[in-house]
Amino acid sequence: MSDYRIQGETGEWEVVIGLEVHAQISTNAKLFSGASTEFGAEPNTQVSLVDAAMPGMLPVPNRECVRQAVRTGMALGANINKYSRFDRKNYFYADLPQGYQISQLYHPIVGEGQITVSLDDKDPDAPTKSIGVERIHIEQDAGKLMHDQHPTMSYVDLNRSGVALMEIVSKPDMASPAEAGAYVRKLRAILRYVGSCDGNMEQGSMRADVNVSVRKPGYELGTRTETKNVNSVRFVQAVIEQEAKRQVELIEGGGTVVQETRLYDPDRNETRSMRSKEDAHDYRYFPDPDLLPLELDDDFLAECRASLPELPDAKQARYESVLGLTPYNAATLIADADTARWFEALMAEGARIQGKDEKDVATASANWLLGELYGALNRLGLSLADSPVSPERGAELIALVADGTISGSIAKQVFEIMLETGDPAAKVVADKGLKQTSDTGAIEAVVAKVLADNADKVAQYKDGKEALFGFFVGQTMKAMQGKANPQVINEILKAKLA
Amino acid sequence: MTDLTDLTVTEIRDGVADGSFSAREVAEGFNAAVAAAKPLNAFIVETPEKALAAADAVDAKRAKSEPLGLMGGVPIGMKDLFCTEGVQSTAASHILEGFVPQYESTVSAKLWAAGAGMLGKLNMDQFAMGSSNETSFFGNVISPWRRNDGGNTDLAPGGSSGGSSTAVSARIAPAATGTDTGGSIRQPAAFTGICGIKPTYGRCSRWGVVAFASSLDQAGPMARTVQDCAIMLEAMAGFDPKDATSLDNPVPHWEGALSGDLKGKRIGIPREYRMEGIDPEIDKSWEAGKAWLRDAGAEIVDISLPHTKYALPAYYIIAPAEASSNLARYDGVRYGLRDLPEGAGLQDMYAATRAAGFGPEVKRRIMIGTYVLSAGFYDAYYTQAQKVRTLIARDFGRAWGECDLILAPTAPSAAFGLGEKSDDPIAMYLNDVFAVPASLAGLPAMSVPAGLNGQGLPLGLQIIGKPLDEQSVLDAGLAIEQRAGFEARPGKWW
Amino acid sequence: MSVDLPTVKKIASLARIAMDDAEAAALLPELNNILGWVEQLGEVDVSGVEPMTAVIPNTLRLRDDVVDADPLTGGGVRDKILANAPEPQHGFFGVPKVIE
Ligand SMILES: [Mg+2]
Ligand SMILES: [Zn+2]
Repeated sequence: MSDYRIQGETGEWEVVIGLEVHAQISTNAKLFSGASTEFGAEPNTQVSLVDAAMPGMLPVPNRECVRQAVRTGMALGANINKYSRFDRKNYFYADLPQGYQISQLYHPIVGEGQITVSLDDKDPDAPTKSIGVERIHIEQDAGKLMHDQHPTMSYVDLNRSGVALMEIVSKPDMASPAEAGAYVRKLRAILRYVGSCDGNMEQGSMRADVNVSVRKPGYELGTRTETKNVNSVRFVQAVIEQEAKRQVELIEGGGTVVQETRLYDPDRNETRSMRSKEDAHDYRYFPDPDLLPLELDDDFLAECRASLPELPDAKQARYESVLGLTPYNAATLIADADTARWFEALMAEGARIQGKDEKDVATASANWLLGELYGALNRLGLSLADSPVSPERGAELIALVADGTISGSIAKQVFEIMLETGDPAAKVVADKGLKQTSDTGAIEAVVAKVLADNADKVAQYKDGKEALFGFFVGQTMKAMQGKANPQVINEILKAKLA
Repeated sequence: MTDLTDLTVTEIRDGVADGSFSAREVAEGFNAAVAAAKPLNAFIVETPEKALAAADAVDAKRAKSEPLGLMGGVPIGMKDLFCTEGVQSTAASHILEGFVPQYESTVSAKLWAAGAGMLGKLNMDQFAMGSSNETSFFGNVISPWRRNDGGNTDLAPGGSSGGSSTAVSARIAPAATGTDTGGSIRQPAAFTGICGIKPTYGRCSRWGVVAFASSLDQAGPMARTVQDCAIMLEAMAGFDPKDATSLDNPVPHWEGALSGDLKGKRIGIPREYRMEGIDPEIDKSWEAGKAWLRDAGAEIVDISLPHTKYALPAYYIIAPAEASSNLARYDGVRYGLRDLPEGAGLQDMYAATRAAGFGPEVKRRIMIGTYVLSAGFYDAYYTQAQKVRTLIARDFGRAWGECDLILAPTAPSAAFGLGEKSDDPIAMYLNDVFAVPASLAGLPAMSVPAGLNGQGLPLGLQIIGKPLDEQSVLDAGLAIEQRAGFEARPGKWW
Repeated sequence: MSVDLPTVKKIASLARIAMDDAEAAALLPELNNILGWVEQLGEVDVSGVEPMTAVIPNTLRLRDDVVDADPLTGGGVRDKILANAPEPQHGFFGVPKVIE
């Protein structure tokens, strides 16, 4: 997994990667004010007097922001600090109305934790790696600057100013773009499970500062650069590739890497130095005197813990060991909280209507979801959330197969009709007369006709060409328009051909 | 009938309530006094129409026999550190010149809700940084007091609430709001012969008050009598969910419980406040204060506050550090002054705006604050100062084992002449040597007039109390007031 | 510790206060006086002493996650936000063009 190397003129180089992920905490109101966090509003309409840093305005923290950060920390198995503080990070920029960002430097709310990633999600046997999380702290987001609306002016929109972020700081434990990608995807999955962040990178709810340095294997850490606000997994990986290459070329060309803030330009696939932040390195952090220390009591922590859902790793283990799913199916179903939720609804409904245990309907449910449903959604260009067939309707269809009402192949037809009409499976089966027959007499008659019409093949079969058995089944089924119970056909055929 | 502007808050409130005069008559009287007092330069903005409107509302309530409120019919001056909706609020700085808040500070809103009316916005030291009111962009405030030497030296009214102290002592307002970060209510009260109390940190909401040093700033009343202060503090104080440092405690009925009987109270005299070279007249008034409190039934005990000496230097690290950050928002982007030199970029605009907008003392403190927080110096200065602050608070905590209140001078001297100390920042800072320790510990503290010195200038005595024990502070203030017999007032020369 | 002229200029730049050489030179002795005076704090033995956090015992109160519960701390007040802006532009604050 960590065999990623940059091939330089002087030999191989390793890459050392650390990520600072800024995740917007899912709340209604901002971190220190009552203004809404809704995405996409008119400029400066979701700005309170507090967010605009009017004279005399004061911050009062939003409990839900604290709660979600704590729950996230718990989900990463991290230490929760019962005592934390808010600090001011002082610098001047037009998107920062107070002239400081309220953040947590000296006493963050969450301490060390970890995330286990698999390099290859498609391969259940791929090795895993544990990536350390250094800390999580809570801080304010900045506003937004628009540069292309006026020839000589930039425009400031403070709608995002003061929105709550969690900054999740990894240890420099990643050694390849693939590892970094896996880390971001896994982190996003966990945040979505917890419900603390929607993980929507396009809307900026999650973005990464990518710290990259290079070194000869076994040598000391090199000087790192920090590329800010990278907003997709693909770009994170591209930044690492480009930045590692640039640094190697720079060093091998006799230059030195400068510790600096850089910006990624996706159009040119390159990073460049951010001159505007150059002189901002002395942030003069100090405890915010407007806010007292944040002290969490045991009841608060207990509620945070009790409200945590089953997390991806635990879910995958349960799917395999309790439900008996294949590792591949289990991994695919848990990769995303919404998929797992859909699957569990499908399975629960199936168990209920069939009067069985969940484990007895799990495999059929998983196969149908990942096969039939995903195939159809792909074809229609829809996401699971927009599926025309609900988990309840899906479970009914699966149950009709399980109790022998329809065959698997009829089920496919029924599903196609359900996709179009939205009708329940039972109605489709009744309307179209697709009910499977187990009527031995009727099937015997058809079998007899099939065998009579194909006397030559019967002879070949009896001479040992046993593969022809399937042909007789197929012919019988065809003659019965797919509605015969395949089990009954098998039994009758076996008897007649014996 | 007596001149209405000679009346106290208590007398105005009671007179309006019992119909001896109307609130409108009172407001008109004070509006006229304000208009006639321009030479004092106590106001930055005058709002006679606001005073009249509030008065008319009170008179209308009275006509309907509705309750008039704790301050019903009392017009007051509002320190320009408080943001007032629709009325320019500047903190006496050029950088906020023309700024018209779209909101009302919690404290001022409470006062208006209690039936008070606004005479105008009072001048002050710029961003409350100063002890003589010489740092205002809008010019010095002149104390109404004159030395009895027949000369006409302009004297400092104290600071930073110098407009407040001047307005009250000159009887152009019966009361005024002040704010106290390191003595800014108490020292000007002492310089002008009036009362002023800084309550426990957290009693009065800081929401809507232009911040100087957040961990120290507290609003409080300034008025001519202890009872007036009790009434007005009651109207100003109270829990505010918009201020995370606001105390969620009920507001006591201080006025109703006022008592000058101090039987059973022990008054501590901190030996470290007896400084080398102390003005003998200050010492004399301190001795008089002890005698008065003893006469009121209290026992006088010697106490020690060993870290007193370090309070002022600790303050001059902590306050500028917080200020350097609090004042970063004045950048010319969203409100206030913008200085945009030809071809300037954003960062140049900041630097030009702030250079043009802040006065010299404000710049000095921002520079000090920026330096002590900067990389490599933070621990040596800021962390050390906050540790010393812990020790100072601990000194008081220990003292409360031996006494209930502390008596000390308010300031080391009487009012000085304008310009006498403005060249020497440290000499100016030393004015607050007795006031700052209580600020660092967040304690309630009050200044009451104790008499006049040989030059005919007022001297103040300071009472410091336990956290939340404003009642005992006010009671001791009353005991002194009853015995000091302070009747002096500045002769009208303006 | 005492500061020199380049340090004064660096601090002024960090604090975003434009200052020419003459102003910086004038400020230099004043700052050194003040810094020299506050340095007496170094004499105090603070071993085992925590820096002050809350001057009056009080814990941080948290607010409920409700939008616009109080109009004074809620959004939807763009007119108030922009009322004092030196350069309002189509609902934005205008600033000189920033090159990132
Ligand atoms: Mg970062
Ligand atoms: Zn951050």
